[in-house]
Amino acid sequence: MKSVAQGNKPLSIILFLGGIALIVGALVLDCMGSSYEYRGAMLVCGIIGFFLGLYLIPTKKHHRKIVYFIFLFPLLFTFLVTVIFPLVLGIGYSFTDWTGIKFSKFVGFENYISMFKDPAFIWSVLLTFIFVVLNMILVNLIAFLLALLCTSTVRGIGFFRTAYFLPNLIGGIVLGYIWQFVFSNVLISITKTSWLSQTNMALFAIVIVYIWQYAGYIMLIYITGLTQIPGDVLEASSIDGANAIQTLFRIKLPMIASTITICTFLTLTSAFKQFDVNMALTGGTGFVQNFMGSIVTTGTQMLALNIYNTAIRQNNYALGQAKAVLFFIILACVSLIQVRVSNKKEVEM
Amino acid sequence: MKGARRTKNIILGIIGILIAAYVLFPFYLVVMNSFKAQTSIVESPVSLAGASVAQLWENLTKVASNSNFNFWYAFGTSALITVISLVLLAVFGGMAAWVISRNNKKKWATAIYMVFIASMIIPFQVVMLPLISTFRDVGKFVGISMLQSIPGIVFAYCGFGGAMTVFILTGFIKGIPYELEEAASIDGCSPEGTFFRIIFPLLKPVITTVTILNGMWIWNDYLLPSLMLGQNGKVKTLPVAVQAFVGSYVKQWDLILTAALLAILPMIIIFMFAQKQIMSGMVEGAVK
Repeated sequence: MKSVAQGNKPLSIILFLGGIALIVGALVLDCMGSSYEYRGAMLVCGIIGFFLGLYLIPTKKHHRKIVYFIFLFPLLFTFLVTVIFPLVLGIGYSFTDWTGIKFSKFVGFENYISMFKDPAFIWSVLLTFIFVVLNMILVNLIAFLLALLCTSTVRGIGFFRTAYFLPNLIGGIVLGYIWQFVFSNVLISITKTSWLSQTNMALFAIVIVYIWQYAGYIMLIYITGLTQIPGDVLEASSIDGANAIQTLFRIKLPMIASTITICTFLTLTSAFKQFDVNMALTGGTGFVQNFMGSIVTTGTQMLALNIYNTAIRQNNYALGQAKAVLFFIILACVSLIQVRVSNKKEVEM
Repeated sequence: MKGARRTKNIILGIIGILIAAYVLFPFYLVVMNSFKAQTSIVESPVSLAGASVAQLWENLTKVASNSNFNFWYAFGTSALITVISLVLLAVFGGMAAWVISRNNKKKWATAIYMVFIASMIIPFQVVMLPLISTFRDVGKFVGISMLQSIPGIVFAYCGFGGAMTVFILTGFIKGIPYELEEAASIDGCSPEGTFFRIIFPLLKPVITTVTILNGMWIWNDYLLPSLMLGQNGKVKTLPVAVQAFVGSYVKQWDLILTAALLAILPMIIIFMFAQKQIMSGMVEGAVK
């Protein structure tokens, strides 16, 4: 390795300068509006040549720094282009009349004001909060009970764990269609009309599917927490005559407090971002009579789907982006609270 | 006392089996109804009546040859995108994490690390719209198609998966003793040689975790590919293909359920082989 890095001065200079020449050449072509079809390949080759040349530069003193730069570049570059740059751009666009392609003027807070005047949006915000709270409680409760079952002395624990976890492997879209079949063709013999066609029951259906998908995963985390409780603590409590309920509330629950925090926030953020199941199961349809003085036709549409539909389906990019920024602010607040809570816990321990 | 414990275990076992039956019921419906024709699915969705292997074969050929679904092509595209993204994330992520953890006393490295961590709270929804327009503009400008192309989507996955990958890998690399690298350096090993020959092989367990987490996400992801590749574009991943297929065959359950079976089968097969790693990997990723 070292010999390669040292004795190739001419090669390194050719590659380095050649790379720069190719990059500049490609960019000049771009700026002239050329449609020369190999200009993309030119750019890529130029970048590769630039880095190869840089790597081969015969310098002992700076070699380490050059390697650090080359190692950091690929991930940092993709990250900046796909996350940071669009984030900054997106926050900016939310104050304009952006159409997804261009914008002509700044409109201040107009997008933000108009979204709070829209009953359908307020409805989806309310719905999302109800859904999040409901799921947070139910998923954690069910997952914890499942974890207790899977750490008990019962036979077939391995099978139960695997079976309960299985739904988590499937993506939300496919899973949504499978459950659409369950609700509209199988359960219909009991429920008479499909739950998915009644707004209230459709919401209930989304909750059921979400628990079905997610509880097994949260259960695994609880199992890990429960098995990390030292055996001698449990032994001592049983010698002291604690019964199962006392052990559960006095020993097990306090000992896995940090696991509960993790699971609570995990279900919170994931329920909040729920999109796939919502889209595949109901597509956000459903009627709500007389909400804020008007009829809402998107009765089961939650926030993430509302953003998508506003931008993509209704082609209102600026408004959709403003909603997305609000979505981001709410999630950021939740994450900050989480950091606070877990830090506090660590100090206490 | 012993008898009471046994009764308790039996009751718990029955409860466990009932829950398992409930959880697995939809899977049963998918598999079983793939063996049936549309009429017998609608007539008796739960019973085995009308199921035959010949019918499964017919459903499979219908689905696989369907131009909206194009199973093998979508499967290949999904597999290609997932594998390339995972390899790049592992290598680039390992490289970046190593640089960050070996410079953790320097301000620039700490700053980069902090930006990575903070970015993990950014939901996809807030960047998706400008991302698409940026990719479209950049693609037009430099003449490399970023939308509706596999390199473009791999690029995006490296960007979105980068933060979590670096976070988990950095935590692990910090625990590797620095003396190991010093020894290699004294023996005349270059920094890049040290990383690829000494550090990278040591990362195997944590790379497995990261690969499982990223793999589950990329394979099942719908929103990013549907926006970047388009609903009816030339390149389609499996979830996008299922969505396009279902959209064109409302209530054709024989075809939809067979398509669902084909879509979930690869994941189930991988899970059967790597069950332990997947389950523990998912937990580790969450706890960190």
